[in-house]
Amino acid sequence: MRDSLILAQRSVTKMFRKPEQFLDVTLQPIIMTVLFVFIFGGAIAGDTSNYLPFVLPGIIVQTVMFTSLTIGVNLNTDIEKGVFDRFRSLPIARSAPLFGAVLGDIVRHAIAVGVTLLFGVLIGFRFHTDPLSAVGGILLMVLFAVCLCWVSVFIGMVARTSGAVQGLSFLITFPLTFGSSTFVPASTLPSWLQGWVAINPVTHVIEALRGLLSGQHYMAAGSSLGTELLWVLGWCVALVAIFFPLAMWAYRRKV
Amino acid sequence: MTKAIEAHGLTKRFGKTQALAGIDLEVDEGRVLGVLGPNGAGKTTAVRILATLLRPDEGTARVAGHDVVREPKEVRRAIGLTGQYASVDEDLTGLQNLVMIGRLLGLDRRAARARADELLTEFDLVDAGGRTSKTYSGGMRRRLDLAASLIGRPSVVYLDEPTTGLDPAKRDDVWDMVRVLVKQGTTVLLTTQYLEEADALAEEITVIDHGRVIAHDTPQGLKRQVGGQTLEVRVAHPADLATAQQVLARVGTREPEVIGGDLVSVPVSGDAVLPATVQALASEGVPVVEFSLRLPSLDEVFYSLTGQRGQGGASGPASGSASAGSASTSSLESASSNEGEAV
Repeated sequence: MRDSLILAQRSVTKMFRKPEQFLDVTLQPIIMTVLFVFIFGGAIAGDTSNYLPFVLPGIIVQTVMFTSLTIGVNLNTDIEKGVFDRFRSLPIARSAPLFGAVLGDIVRHAIAVGVTLLFGVLIGFRFHTDPLSAVGGILLMVLFAVCLCWVSVFIGMVARTSGAVQGLSFLITFPLTFGSSTFVPASTLPSWLQGWVAINPVTHVIEALRGLLSGQHYMAAGSSLGTELLWVLGWCVALVAIFFPLAMWAYRRKV
Repeated sequence: MTKAIEAHGLTKRFGKTQALAGIDLEVDEGRVLGVLGPNGAGKTTAVRILATLLRPDEGTARVAGHDVVREPKEVRRAIGLTGQYASVDEDLTGLQNLVMIGRLLGLDRRAARARADELLTEFDLVDAGGRTSKTYSGGMRRRLDLAASLIGRPSVVYLDEPTTGLDPAKRDDVWDMVRVLVKQGTTVLLTTQYLEEADALAEEITVIDHGRVIAHDTPQGLKRQVGGQTLEVRVAHPADLATAQQVLARVGTREPEVIGGDLVSVPVSGDAVLPATVQALASEGVPVVEFSLRLPSLDEVFYSLTGQRGQGGASGPASGSASAGSASTSSLESASSNEGEAV
């Protein structure tokens, strides 16, 4: 555990040394917010101030998904460059570098959520719920990110190059974010797509976050916060149960 | 004497490639073993097994008294590894790299910092300690990598091709550091493609090729086996060629060979013949533009040991019939480069 924390510190130090790595957690959510709120917002929801409380939680979730899927790229690069060989020749737990990277990324997730929320507030977003729910929403995002990142760790271990990891991650991210209620209410989608949206974990994460930040009013009709939270926790458990062992197996095979 | 490294019958296969086909290695405590071989001979695989990064398919290995498969943690506590490609974190500063590893080795913050400062001083990296290692030159990176592997004061250090890609001055720096290490009592296993390097640093040399040990000897013994050194003289005026040839015939172990229009080359058994040759050439009044004594290249070593040209580890015998004719081609090619990678 101590070793994992030391290695987490390493990834955080690296992060701050490479500001361009922050673009995806700072500039990207801001651009997405501007794009969707001011360009599509009027067309989708009638006016932008109506759309903002609906779409901002969606953009937060999308951002967190992108950041949680970059870990595979970073790990793949580390292994390629031989840094892991050094770690493995030290008397530390074999999995410590992996846990260190996952722990270090929590800082990225928190920054991603924080920047998007802050920008949202600057352009007029207001919390419609109590502070406790807002904090809960942020924690829920970090939890989801930590569970989802094992998918990326797994891809990072089985893909040959870091470029391939990136490509595969995008392939996964797009149907998950766009095939959900991120930008439009699910009720406007064709029924065959609604079937996918209903089971898509991202839909439930977004609905839960809408409930926690913007209030019940902005959630899909007929859904309740309690149910959505259960869905999210269920998905978190499922993601970890499936991808954590796979990732560990692939990691042990690779290094 | 106690063995610091003791490996028997190590084999390792990657898919269709038999990287190691049964290797024995032994190093006494406080000694330097040079493992010499071309690319792909299995040097790095052997080091990775001894460093617990890979499990052997067969065979056993003990390092510092511990089995590499059954007691990897104890082995890791005793070893330092410097890889073929410097494995420092490019995005961290030299200091951060060293402190992090010190902390991972169980030092507290202050002790890790003190040890890092000590090593930065020792490796002449104090000024560069605050810069990210990405900005380091190849030689500096190699030094940082070596420093990183010494933080825990290991009793056994693996140097996997520590000077590949370095220019001669930087190479000498690394050699000096290795000598300091040995003086402190550290056991060193050094892999290299250069006989010159093994000769300069190692007390014993194991030559491997295609995953097998093909020779094990002291540098002196190995050189005897492969025909010692080669003396080369390039005359200023081609007219003096015949005279130079006569002089060299007296000191050489074979008939001198004329290469091109102005170079005479002859194998000699030691460097004692050097002053005599210089004197003889001077008294004959032969002006010389180049005078060199060099070790056989890796290529020539392999040729002498196996009767086949070393092909950088690529499989397949180059030519079945090793004739005297091809032997002279060998030295002709190697005369131009000492890389052992002729052709």
